[in-house]
Amino acid sequence: MSDHHGHDHHHATGIKRWLFTTNHKDIGTMYLVFSLVMFLTGGLMAMAIRAELMYPGLQLLDPNFFNQMTTIHGLIMVFGAVMPAFVGLANWMIPLMIGAPDMALPRLNNWSFWILPFAFSLLIYALIQSMLGHGSAPNFGWTFYAPLSTKYGPPSTDFFIFSVHMMGISSIMGAINIIVTIFNLRAPGMTMMKLPLFVWTWLITPYLLIAGMPVLAGTVTMMLMDRHFGTSFFDAAGGGDPVLFQHVFWFFGHPEVYIMILPSFGIVSAIIPTFARKPLFGYASMVYATASIAFLSFVVWAHHMFTTGLPLAGSLFFMYMTMLIAVPTGVKVFNWVATLWRGSITFEVPMLFSLAFVVLFTIGGLSGLMLAIAPADQQYQDTYFVVAHFHYVLVTGAIFGIFAGVYYWIPKWTGVMFNEAIAKAHFWCSLVTVNLLFFPMHFVGLAGMPRRIPDYSTQFADFNFWISIGGFGFGLSQLLFVWMLWKACQQRQGIKASNQVWEGAEGLEWTLPSPTPYHTFETPPLIK
Amino acid sequence: MRLGSKCLQLLSLLAISSFAFAQTQFDMTPGVTNISHEIYGLHRLMFNWCIGIGVVVFGVMFYSILRHRKSVGHQAAHFHESTLVEIIWTIIPFVILIGMAIPATKTLIAMNDTSKSALTIKITGSQWKWHYDYLEYNDNNKVNVGFLSQLSTPRNQIEVPIRKAGLFPSGIGAHTENTAAPQKDAHYLLEVDRPLVLPTGKKIRFLITSDDVIHSWWVPALAIKRDAVPGFVNEVWALIPAGKEGTYRGQCAELCGKDHGFMPIVIEAKSETDFAQWLKDQEAIAQHEAAEAANSVTAKFSKEELMEEGQENYLANCAMCHQPGGTGLPPAIPALSGSKIANGPVALHIETVLNGRNQMPKFKGVLSPKVLASIITYERNAWANHTGDLVQPSDIVNNK
Repeated sequence: MSDHHGHDHHHATGIKRWLFTTNHKDIGTMYLVFSLVMFLTGGLMAMAIRAELMYPGLQLLDPNFFNQMTTIHGLIMVFGAVMPAFVGLANWMIPLMIGAPDMALPRLNNWSFWILPFAFSLLIYALIQSMLGHGSAPNFGWTFYAPLSTKYGPPSTDFFIFSVHMMGISSIMGAINIIVTIFNLRAPGMTMMKLPLFVWTWLITPYLLIAGMPVLAGTVTMMLMDRHFGTSFFDAAGGGDPVLFQHVFWFFGHPEVYIMILPSFGIVSAIIPTFARKPLFGYASMVYATASIAFLSFVVWAHHMFTTGLPLAGSLFFMYMTMLIAVPTGVKVFNWVATLWRGSITFEVPMLFSLAFVVLFTIGGLSGLMLAIAPADQQYQDTYFVVAHFHYVLVTGAIFGIFAGVYYWIPKWTGVMFNEAIAKAHFWCSLVTVNLLFFPMHFVGLAGMPRRIPDYSTQFADFNFWISIGGFGFGLSQLLFVWMLWKACQQRQGIKASNQVWEGAEGLEWTLPSPTPYHTFETPPLIK
Repeated sequence: MRLGSKCLQLLSLLAISSFAFAQTQFDMTPGVTNISHEIYGLHRLMFNWCIGIGVVVFGVMFYSILRHRKSVGHQAAHFHESTLVEIIWTIIPFVILIGMAIPATKTLIAMNDTSKSALTIKITGSQWKWHYDYLEYNDNNKVNVGFLSQLSTPRNQIEVPIRKAGLFPSGIGAHTENTAAPQKDAHYLLEVDRPLVLPTGKKIRFLITSDDVIHSWWVPALAIKRDAVPGFVNEVWALIPAGKEGTYRGQCAELCGKDHGFMPIVIEAKSETDFAQWLKDQEAIAQHEAAEAANSVTAKFSKEELMEEGQENYLANCAMCHQPGGTGLPPAIPALSGSKIANGPVALHIETVLNGRNQMPKFKGVLSPKVLASIITYERNAWANHTGDLVQPSDIVNNK
């Protein structure tokens, strides 16, 4: 089959190749590189935050700038690091997994990527201006609650609004592209229930994007109207309601958190069977569980708002619905464990990250279950307990999933095995430091430390010192990842990877040569 | 060499970690009210279930990781489906969840019952202080006591920049760089100038609202956290049992701007009789102050008097942003020394202070006319400003 590959058509070279490319692999690479740059940028901000919080007292950052750091850190990590990384993996892998020659809408694909650098430049421009002493960057947290972001927002809020609009356009176009590709470009015989789970999770995620992102766009548009055109959507003085903001924001925001975890479920569901040398347990129930989680994600949004004064019936409804999510999520975890059970397990780096994912994501899920209890949430809400919870699901969940995916597929992309010593060091350093970073946050949160404060009372000092040490350690550990990537991209170094790469790997992508040729599956493979 | 000593601490901690953290709180406070005890119970219930689930799931997982690995020669089985098992592990969590939901529902219903309260207090959040108004107590439905409560930790304990130019990027605290940082108070950042005084053994209803952005009034010991939403009033209640007199501390829990971290809450719970006496005293003081304020509106004060009082009031209310020397923190916060407004028409200056401007909050109704008059007089005659203007309380009242 490899006869067809390798005859590159005359595509442009240099910068033009990247600007004008419609190739899903090039675009996937650009998404991944962009995401890495954003991940490191957002990480620097996190380290600035941890530096300020290392000791009680204000030592480094002006409180207003501290708020800008937390805001931009959140926005960059959510919209700039995690989401583009998943889209990058989808771009690279979905056509290879379903036997398609490319994405269904290649020009749209190019556009949806190239919007992103502009969106984030706007946001970061505001921050740079603020660092130079000109005004303030957005400083109202990544959740930008009104009226702090409307009537009281700095002028740069308009940059932020425009930036969010652009990110939304990019996400929606990417989502449409993925849905169209999966429905139309599957190879003959690739029925829906034969799709790899990564493809399934990436079929369900775009629906969340298409339903959620327009609501976010609506929210920021209402903000813009309130700020400049005399409306009062979120201002009680004109008949509006600040809490309405939170309803519309979280109607987007809760599906958003599942957008950031479902593809990781897919990645882990691909990796665990490979290294356990055993088929995934309960494939069909995994698909149904993913779909149920996606559906439930639209009816739980107000669990972010238990302290806003919801009516009793509202609190009860959202508490019950939120607790219900534990059921399909539990099914997924049980399925992964059952896949491991009586397997023949080896511990290559993708597997290490996947196993860490299962354990640490479950810890994040369990603290999520505690947060679902509306009365107890009166004590948890807006404390470091919440910060610990969502960093467990997003860092050791989503981002560990991304790391696992990158280690799993990078030999396929580059044709050489990555440097295993560096990769293992990256895993172990990350694992230790990430827990030192986030685990004590549970304790300070329960003890009563609110989130988003630049200074704290002295009783929290011991924990915060260790959390900061963990934060710097985790940040520095990521340099090992960068080093590994750098070496992996120098294609002459390293051991040549076979087509199958991993002993237990199954699926269409592993039938292709390593590295994958520029064009693949120009004639569709036949699935038995 | 703080880092060096911290490294030593690391080593000693690893050796005797249980001692080093002896005073550190790890868990949620059980609090002092019935509701807070119930919530703590729910928290422990959930926590224990989570530990149990974790032990079972991770136990199976690690058993598998240890025993079913290729390196010990384990051959992979090939099962990959079992409807029965799937049904079992869907139903068991569902049943556990119902067991959790029942007590949670009961507590939630109890928390929502604000009826039959003896005392009603209105709490208004405004950047970055709390305003407490006592509205009703027993059959007295016209209690006229109210005051502002704000952080009392001195700025020089908070601002200890390690950079000569102060905090990045605005320069706050540059003046403290060369002074030795004072020891932090025992209740650093959790102390206020005037605590909220509450009776024990009485059901108290809090009406919570805000003047500007959303705040959240949180006192862990009462297990109350409720958002203060501008334009809306939220209701919560607490009953501190008799015998639980004492001081309880909390903080604002919703990001509300620059000084969100510096907006503490302190409650002083007094016995019923002590509270009644306190309230009576406060009413008398309030009446006296009201009479004085009414007089002062028509009274004329000398420049010395206003300047002296003005400096004090300026430092208490304005210096946090505009700085003691009137230098401001450009560009976000303009300087007053040499500014157009402080040297321009008096009316515009008064209007700016009363109604606020950009980030600056309004002070109308927050401070009395006399205090405002003294501040404005001070601002127009301090530092590089030499207008010679004298602003009287009547000028404030007459400003339209």
